[in-house]
Parts: sequence; C-alpha cells; structure tokens
Amino acid sequence: MLTALDKKLLQEVADLHGEPPGAFNIRKDGQGIERRSLEGIEINPKKDQPGIDVIVSPGKEGTVHIPVIMTETDLSDLVYNKIDIGEDANITLVAGCGIHNPGSGNAQHDGIHEIYVRKGARLVYTEKHFGEGEQGGKRVLNPKTVLYVEEGAYAELELVQIRGVDQTSRVTEAEVKAGGRLVMYERLLTDGEQKADSDVLVKLMGEDSTARIISRSVAQGNSSQKFFPRLLAYGPGRGHVECDSIIMDRATVRSVPEIWAENSDAELVHEAAIGKIAGEQLIKLMSLGLTEEEAEEAIISGFLK
Amino acid sequence: MLTLENINFELEVEERKVPILHDVNINFEAGKMYALTGPNGSGKSSVARVAMGIYRQTAGRVLYNGEDISSLGISERARRGIGYAFQHPPRFKGMPVKDMLELAFKHSDGYNCQVLRDIGLCPDDYLERTLDNSLSGGEIKRIEIATLLAQNPRVRIFDEPEAGIDLWSFEQLIDVIGNSHREDTITVVISHQEKILNMVDEIILVRDGTVSMRGSRDEIWPQIKESAECGCRKSCRLEEKIYADCPR
Ligand SMILES: Nc1ncnc2c1ncn2[C@@H]1O[C@H](COP(=O)(O)OP(=O)(O)OP(=O)(O)O)[C@@H](O)[C@H]1O
Ligand SMILES: [Mg+2]
Repeated sequence: MLTALDKKLLQEVADLHGEPPGAFNIRKDGQGIERRSLEGIEINPKKDQPGIDVIVSPGKEGTVHIPVIMTETDLSDLVYNKIDIGEDANITLVAGCGIHNPGSGNAQHDGIHEIYVRKGARLVYTEKHFGEGEQGGKRVLNPKTVLYVEEGAYAELELVQIRGVDQTSRVTEAEVKAGGRLVMYERLLTDGEQKADSDVLVKLMGEDSTARIISRSVAQGNSSQKFFPRLLAYGPGRGHVECDSIIMDRATVRSVPEIWAENSDAELVHEAAIGKIAGEQLIKLMSLGLTEEEAEEAIISGFLK
Repeated sequence: MLTLENINFELEVEERKVPILHDVNINFEAGKMYALTGPNGSGKSSVARVAMGIYRQTAGRVLYNGEDISSLGISERARRGIGYAFQHPPRFKGMPVKDMLELAFKHSDGYNCQVLRDIGLCPDDYLERTLDNSLSGGEIKRIEIATLLAQNPRVRIFDEPEAGIDLWSFEQLIDVIGNSHREDTITVVISHQEKILNMVDEIILVRDGTVSMRGSRDEIWPQIKESAECGCRKSCRLEEKIYADCPR
C-alpha cells in the first residue's frame, strides 16, 4: 500500500497520480514494492544484486516507470538497473528518485543504470531528483548512467534536479555508434549549502554519430556546482556541448567542457557561460509590474524549463 | 497627466559623470498622442527610461496625475499604469512568448491572443516559441509591442516600434498603435518615421539631451529636415571644406 507521502514523492519525481500506466517498478526504502510487466516489457528483479532488469522486445512501444522513493533516515540504498531497449522499439522511460528524510541522519540513493538502446530504437529517458526533510538530515543522490546508443538509434536524456538535494555527484557515460543520436538535457538548481557535480563523457564512435549536451543551471546561496561535460569523437561525428549557468548570491560554479577529436572529419563545438541574471531582463519584467523577486523567479523558472 | 519637470540625468561611466539629459520639461496630457524625435544619441530613450523609473534623474521631478513618483521604483510605476516597450528588448532563454504575455496580462485586463494577431504574428506559431536568440530582430520587436498591448497601461511609451519591422507590416503597426489609444491614455512614440509624426497630436524634438522644440508636424518637420542635413554637412566638412557654413 502506498501512503500519502509515497504518492506525493511519486508525483514529484515521476508525475504519477495513482498507478502508473504501462509497465512499472516502484522501489521504496531499499525494496521493490510494486511491479508490473507487460507483454514485450519484462521487469525482473536481479538475482545476485539489488536492482532490476527491464527488457523491452524489438519493435515494442510503450511507457515504463521505475521510480525510487525513500522515506527513512539513516538509509543508504544502492541499486543496479539494466535496461535493454530492443531493436526498433520506442519507449518512454521515467526514472527518478524522491527522498523524504524525516530524521537527522543521511538518506542516500546511488542508482547505477546500464542502458542499451539497440539498433533503430528510440528512448526518451527522464530522471528527476527531489528531496525534502524535517530535521536537517542530508539527502544524497549519486546516479551513474552508462548508455549505449547503437546504430541508427536515438536516445534523449532529461536529467532534472530542482532544490532539495544536498549533495549529488552524477556520472553519465555514453557511446554513440554510427548513425546514432543522443540528446542530453540537464537542469539543475542548488541553493543553501548544496553541492552538485556532474561528469559527462560522450563518445561518438562512428560515421554520423551525433550528440548534443545542453546543461542549464542556477546556483544560489552558498551552493556550489561543477560540470565536466566531455565530448570525444573517434569518427566523423558531430557534437555540441552547451553549459549555461546563472550564478547568484555567494554561490560558485565551475564549468569545464572538453571537446576532443580523433578524426579530421569530426565537428565539435562547445559553449559555456556563467553570469548573473541580466539587468535588462529584470528591468523588463519589473516594467510589467513584477517585483524584483518575482522577476528573478520568472527568469529562473523559464531558464530551467 | 505625466510631467517631467526640470529633469537632469547623468550616467556614471568609469567614475566619470556623463551628462545625458538637462533641463527636460515635458507635459504629457491624457488622451493625446506624442512623438519624440531627434538625432541618434540625443536622449530620447533616456527620457523614456527616466519616466519608467529605469534611470533615476539627478535633479528634477516626475509627476503622474499630481503625485510625485520620483522616488517610486519601476514595478510601482508599472502598477500605477506606466508602460514602456524597449528599443532593444532583452532576450530570455527558455521563456515562452506565452509566459511573457501572461506576466504582462497579470497586472492588467488587456491580454488575449489577439495582441499577437494585431501585430501580425500568428498565435499558433508563436505562443510556444522561446524569447531567445532563435527569434529574429523583427519578431522580438513585435512581441515587445504585443507585450505592451497586453499590459494595456495608461501611459504607453513605444521606443522606435518600427525598427526592424518590414514595410508591409508598418501600416498595420501604425493602425494598432493608433487604435489602442483611448481618451484616458497617453501614447508616446519615439520615432523618426514621417507617417508616425503625421499621426500624433504633438511632436517633441529632442536634441543634445534636452527638448529643443515642440509643435505640430508642420512646425517641426522643416526643422528636423534641416537639422539632419546640417548634421550631414558638418560631418562632410572634414573632407570637403566647401560645406563650411551650416545654415540654421
Ligand atoms: N552606458 C553609457 N555610457 C556612456 N554613454 C551612454 C551610456 N548610455 C547612454 N549613453 C549616451 O547617452 C546619450 C543618450 O542616449 P539615448 O539612448 O537616450 O539616445 P537616443 O536619442 O534614444 O538615441 P537613438 O536614436 O540612437 O536610439 C547618447 O549619447 C549615448 O551615447
Ligand atoms: Mg533610443
């Protein structure tokens, strides 16, 4: 049975109201609590490790929800998930982790995802992080995602963390084969004493592999952020890295994009910018009657959309 | 009535004070349309920005309907009913056009999709577009004008609304500005366009940081032409001494 708190967390991270449509697995406080496989979308618990295997048959279309929620303090949860999207399948997968830490100890979730997007398949993957608490216990999330985008496949990753997570260290690695396409959106907001690191390494393996990494972040309070997006082309691939941060208060942001070509037909571009909210933007919105705080809020929420 | 009274304005640039406006006196009366015109850099946008509260005058007062609003900030003036469509509207990464129009609408009763149609943009094509660099100069300018129309303020200042707008849409733009004008509004259009100068009740000529002349189109137009030609002769003089004298 899901409690009201469980439902709230599920709504925050997976936009779920009640039971998910399609196949799903809900993990709560270190255990799988509800699961449904469908024909062509098998979800099985791993035998030797904590975690699940999600196996999608070739050509299958559908939605899969695999959210994780945590409602206890002093809990550290480590899972290994393997996701295999069969050839020419078309899947929307919603992962994500919501932590409600009621005590003063840490609540930590480390999710290790290995994702295969087979030839010609299409995957849209969303991972949202959410944290809240009552007695100052830290919420910690360290996801690692390793992605294989095969020939002619398409993968879109949307990684979102808006407030409430004290510490995160995210690692994302991807290999994109010939004709494969990867788009990765990262949205991050930190405030207070929060820290967030994101390491991304995308390898363009073959002819016409393409990747776009678009990272937008807002750093407030005393928080700090580090981004290391790296894009490496072994063949004639094309790639674009874009890191854009709004910095406020006493926050710090480091942004170190790297592009690296091993082939003379590769085309790689990176852009990185860190700056305050532009004065003219604030002035424009204030001239519509918004207060300075409201204007800031509107600019940030648009920026992170 | 909106009154700028003995306005002086200096900008601080690298610890140096640069005078921008001096002794500016203007009354804008309700129900009337005005054009502010004058050479580049003469101070037209600065006048608008002082009225909106974006620039703070170093001397003088701004009065609105008898109230001294000199100490009010931008937001408060906006809520009193003053609005300004920027000459160079800023761009906003990620913010959809729809959100901008809704923000403008929140403090007014003016918005519906019609404002986009009025300025020649199809709502279906533009409401979801983001206000970033993907919009062309003319598009961003039109959306800026639509935003002011959505806000529907009593005092509406358009800063070179025609800039970047194609010739076909120019007539439509003039109509929209004209039609949105009411008995209780003050419309101020900063412009160099003859058609706009023809449409207004009064033209205010700004030169060297102050109002150099006010009057009807027939009074002001010869002056503008002359000063433009004069400016041209001055700049030519360096190379060709023939144009040494500049008739006033
Ligand atoms: N930050 C600044 N530093 C120095 N001078 C400035 C600055 N901002 C404005 N000015 C000067 O103030 C003067 C008035 O500028 P303003 O923008 O009001 O002119 P304008 O009449 O609107 O010109 P335009 O027709 O080109 O729009 C100009 O000479 C301009 O160079
Ligand atoms: Mg100007």
